[in-house]
Amino acid sequence: MKLTPVITQHWDDPTLYTLDGYKSHGGYEALAKALNSDPDSIIALVKDSGLRGRGGAGFPTGLKWSFVPQNDGKPHYLVVNADESEPGACKDIPIMMANPHALVEGVIITSFAIRANHAFIYIRGEVPAAIRKVAYAVKQAREAGLIGKNIQGSGFDLEVTVHSGAGAYICGEETALLDSLEGFRGQPRLKPPFPAIAGLYSSPTVINNVETIANIPYIIDRGVEWFRQFGTEKSPGFKVFAVSGHVQRPGIYEAPLGITMRELLDYAGGMRPGAELKFWIPGGSSVPMLTADHLDLPLTYEAMAEAGTMLGTGTPMVFDQTVSVVKAVTRWLEFYKHESCGKCTPCREGTYWITGVLEKFEHGHGTENEMETLTTLCGQIAGRSFCALGDAAATPYPAAMKYFSHEFTAATHTSADEQFDPIASYVFSGARA
Amino acid sequence: MTMTNHTEKMDSVSVVIDGIEMEVPKGTLVIRAAEQIGIEIPRFCDHPLLVPVANCRACLIEIDGVPKPQPACAQVLSEGMNVRTQRSSEMARVAQEGVMEFLLANHPLDCAICDKGGECPLQNQAMSAGRSESRFDGEKRTFPKPINVNAEVLLDRERCVSCARCTRFADEIAGDASLELLERGAQQQVGTANDEPFDSYFSGNVVQICPVGALTSASYRFRSRPFDLVSVPTTCEHCASGCSLRTDHRRGAVTRRLAWDDPEVNEEWSCDKGRFAFAYLASGRIESPLIRENGELRSASWPEAMHFAAAGLAAAAGSTAVLVGGRATSEDAYAYSKFARVVLGSDNIDFRARATSNEEAEFLAAYVAGKQLEITYGDVESASQIVLVGCEPEDESPILFLRLRKGVKKGVLVHTVGPLYSLGSEKLSAHWIKAKAGSEAQVLGGLDSELVNALDSTSIIFVGERAATSPGSLSAVSELGAKTGARIAWVPRRAGERGALEAGALAGLLPGGHPISDRTARAHVAQAWNVEADSLPSGGLAGTDLVTAIASGTFTAVLTAGIDPGDLPNGNELIAGIEGADFVVALENHHSEITQRASVVFPVAVVTEKSGSFMNWEGRSKPFSAAFREALTLSDAGVLSMLASAMGAQLSGDTRELGKELTALGSWTGSRTQVKPVAPNPAAGTTLATWRLLIDSGVLQEGEPHLAATARPSVVAINSAMFDQLDQPELITVTGPKGSITLPVHVCEVEDDSLWLPMNSPDSHIYAQLGCGYGEVVTVQGGAA
Repeated sequence: MKLTPVITQHWDDPTLYTLDGYKSHGGYEALAKALNSDPDSIIALVKDSGLRGRGGAGFPTGLKWSFVPQNDGKPHYLVVNADESEPGACKDIPIMMANPHALVEGVIITSFAIRANHAFIYIRGEVPAAIRKVAYAVKQAREAGLIGKNIQGSGFDLEVTVHSGAGAYICGEETALLDSLEGFRGQPRLKPPFPAIAGLYSSPTVINNVETIANIPYIIDRGVEWFRQFGTEKSPGFKVFAVSGHVQRPGIYEAPLGITMRELLDYAGGMRPGAELKFWIPGGSSVPMLTADHLDLPLTYEAMAEAGTMLGTGTPMVFDQTVSVVKAVTRWLEFYKHESCGKCTPCREGTYWITGVLEKFEHGHGTENEMETLTTLCGQIAGRSFCALGDAAATPYPAAMKYFSHEFTAATHTSADEQFDPIASYVFSGARA
Repeated sequence: MTMTNHTEKMDSVSVVIDGIEMEVPKGTLVIRAAEQIGIEIPRFCDHPLLVPVANCRACLIEIDGVPKPQPACAQVLSEGMNVRTQRSSEMARVAQEGVMEFLLANHPLDCAICDKGGECPLQNQAMSAGRSESRFDGEKRTFPKPINVNAEVLLDRERCVSCARCTRFADEIAGDASLELLERGAQQQVGTANDEPFDSYFSGNVVQICPVGALTSASYRFRSRPFDLVSVPTTCEHCASGCSLRTDHRRGAVTRRLAWDDPEVNEEWSCDKGRFAFAYLASGRIESPLIRENGELRSASWPEAMHFAAAGLAAAAGSTAVLVGGRATSEDAYAYSKFARVVLGSDNIDFRARATSNEEAEFLAAYVAGKQLEITYGDVESASQIVLVGCEPEDESPILFLRLRKGVKKGVLVHTVGPLYSLGSEKLSAHWIKAKAGSEAQVLGGLDSELVNALDSTSIIFVGERAATSPGSLSAVSELGAKTGARIAWVPRRAGERGALEAGALAGLLPGGHPISDRTARAHVAQAWNVEADSLPSGGLAGTDLVTAIASGTFTAVLTAGIDPGDLPNGNELIAGIEGADFVVALENHHSEITQRASVVFPVAVVTEKSGSFMNWEGRSKPFSAAFREALTLSDAGVLSMLASAMGAQLSGDTRELGKELTALGSWTGSRTQVKPVAPNPAAGTTLATWRLLIDSGVLQEGEPHLAATARPSVVAINSAMFDQLDQPELITVTGPKGSITLPVHVCEVEDDSLWLPMNSPDSHIYAQLGCGYGEVVTVQGGAA
């Protein structure tokens, strides 16, 4: 399958991040089109396109927009979730840095469609470069009359606020993000009510991922048919895949949904010399791992679900034979323990407990009993935690056990570092002194 | 019939829980419905009076057709829902067991040394829903322990299960949102910003609702085991809110008090004063009758003292003044009322040991006496507008304050008329109608027409007892009520005042609001009392007039009970009068300025030693029984009964009998005299605003230093204009006729030409130090005197 650069098409143009650069490639033409049409028709068009959320869950975008009650007399809000913090995920930040106007144009069109007069872009605080790029794009758009009062004579007013997060993974959970945006401690909210009914400041709110929104101008500009020629029936369109790990050329590959990992691996130059693939993760540490047996599966929402995993953020992480699965799982759980917000018992106490046990395995002190304990502990979190982040914390261990239980068995007597030389797994050539 | 059934169908849903079919009102939560059929689902964060959060996950249950277990505390039942709890679902049972195991992983399991042990939801539910043994053998999370969240409440963080009941109580109920969860993950902990104390009048509630032993009170910590305690339902004696409490005692001493469940009054809350101020019950008590001999008080036997007192009072027949402090139970107050009229032949009686006015007495007779439960806490929630006049509910009736907050959340609009926009007003999002202290009547007379038009029969005007100190305000309130249809409720501060009014412990008023001046009313009461109508005395003095008459030697004898002259603006006059009176009988449980000058002193029971009832501001009678049934102390009524028989009269000393008599007398339904208009008379110049803070130097709060440490600081509150005018001093000196008070300045929203001081707090005792009261002119200067 061929790569289909759309959002990434002009990334080699160093001026793309500027208004002029973006416009020179047809930028903001979709906006003009959108402002001349009926907001409901835009929602319908996005619905027809079949675009699914690119943040991980894959919820149909147009459907989400249509949940916002219209003519309810309340202000509506669009919130862009740009808090990309998932271990292994790196696609929203490059989009914001290279093509911020695609996001801004998408924000304006989406706001127009859902009748929001204020949009917020909540960007992970640790990436000031991306925050600066987006803030600059917003500033330029405002100066050009693309944001503000009566945009291009359409009578539509929009204010866009770029907000910087403060370093909490949980704030990527959409309701925690809303709390954080409102100035509270970021912890997920009880649903219902769902954000479409009572989101930001208790008003109807749409929360979309950066990549989802960046898709919008292209869909509006080129149409449903064009969009649907890529991908599958259930996963239409293209995706910004960010391949990382033990490959020759880690990076961003924009391709139709349905491309296989084998093809993506080829684009990424294959495994590093002398290496063979051990396991890979389709989209962030929160989704279960797969092995070389799964390389020919299409990367679509439905095929990944069938394989017992998820497409997630669509940012495959590739690991070769030098990596200890025990160690990898331990690092991920340490991350989840550190990032657990503390609100619900299973995630707060479970990640604390599991991490402690995993660290024993890492040092070769685990026991057979504890392998069983870990399995039940993960079962006690999955489906019982308050938000999806607890579920995420419960995925790495069971998935690892599915394919690599022998490594945990070995870790009852031999430490991970003895099983696998850690230096051998370093990505950078010449790291071995 | 069909119609009714139809409506019922519309408002309820049919569901099945563990195979049991039931109909529940729409909107019912699974956990509440399960309770109704006796199924107890484990829970920690759930509290029926708090908004569901579903964060502890202990209550997970299975719903047919839903793949994941759902929290019963947040799951609303819908038509046809089939719920399986741990009793019929393996999924639910396993999920609950898993959560319980997680909760115990980091819990210290120090039940053996924990105050909560024996009454701990975590302990109990770990037994019912947990595993028999923990699989956790890692290192438990620890914290330095304990830390104070305020002077009275301590926190052992390692015991906390992060249910957030305390923080939600602070935010949702009390409105004191400074208690918060801090940090994240396993380090999440309850705390306050910058280690500032959790400043709240309701902080003790967080101790009570904590489902583990994380929050404890300084006064109860390590004092006792719950299974060693005897628990008795009681009524709070501190204010006129009328809270149900539970008094726990052991070996003859009260160890703690808890808020008890009264959905119509305090729901499940109490203020810190009600909860913690009980040390006075046990210490410094008068133990035996005392009689004065050669100028000195000496112990006497009951018969001797009784004989002595009876002789003295008999000699003063018809010329005795009776002062009943506002803390008597309804039955005791009734005994005084009847004793004064029937035995002493005197109508010179008053229960108001505070600043009063004749306008107030008229107001009470016209609007309050004999009218019970016409306005209730429930009405507060459904009122459209509420106007507060001379009433600071957070300080003066804290449970009313909580109910007002609940109402405000439902859309009730609160207006407060007064010279200060207090913290309490802020928490009620109240609309401030500025009125310089003493000018309330004038302001009420000139209210914005928009507000006046908004007032109707669904509005309530709450008048505090302090309205008596602002001339004309009670008649202005009466007028406003008559004009708009708004109903008027009177909120006294002391627990016994409303009951004493009902008992007729006020000159001119017989029990049930029967006016002594009305022939029919007199005849009715006289008949019940088995005396001649004409023999009932009338024309008695009350309030300031009564005290002045005592001071001028009008009376031969004075009978007092529960009186602290310091509570009266003219307390010195009273002391002089007591000093000069021929014969003074005092019924007290602690020594006072009065007992030091009395001819005879009888010790009487405190609330834990007697039964009785307090009537709250609603006019709701809240009966209670003795916590210590074996107590030998006599109630006031018991002493009066003995005195009566020593004087050859009959008066029951039995609480139940007195209560029955009082009830049988009924309420006056005849015509009432209206309040005579009193012209507003606001003073020119800077006037003093003041009220008693909830936690202050009140004598019933003695002996509880932790509680005292949670009091709000004594400050002089002025507005920024006055602050600038005085050149921004740190200290302010306020001077009245008698002297000065110097306190730190606090700049806030105060009306021009007004300043506020606490009435009876450390270093700020208005009557004793300034010699003037609310609405009177004071001088103010920056710095110390």
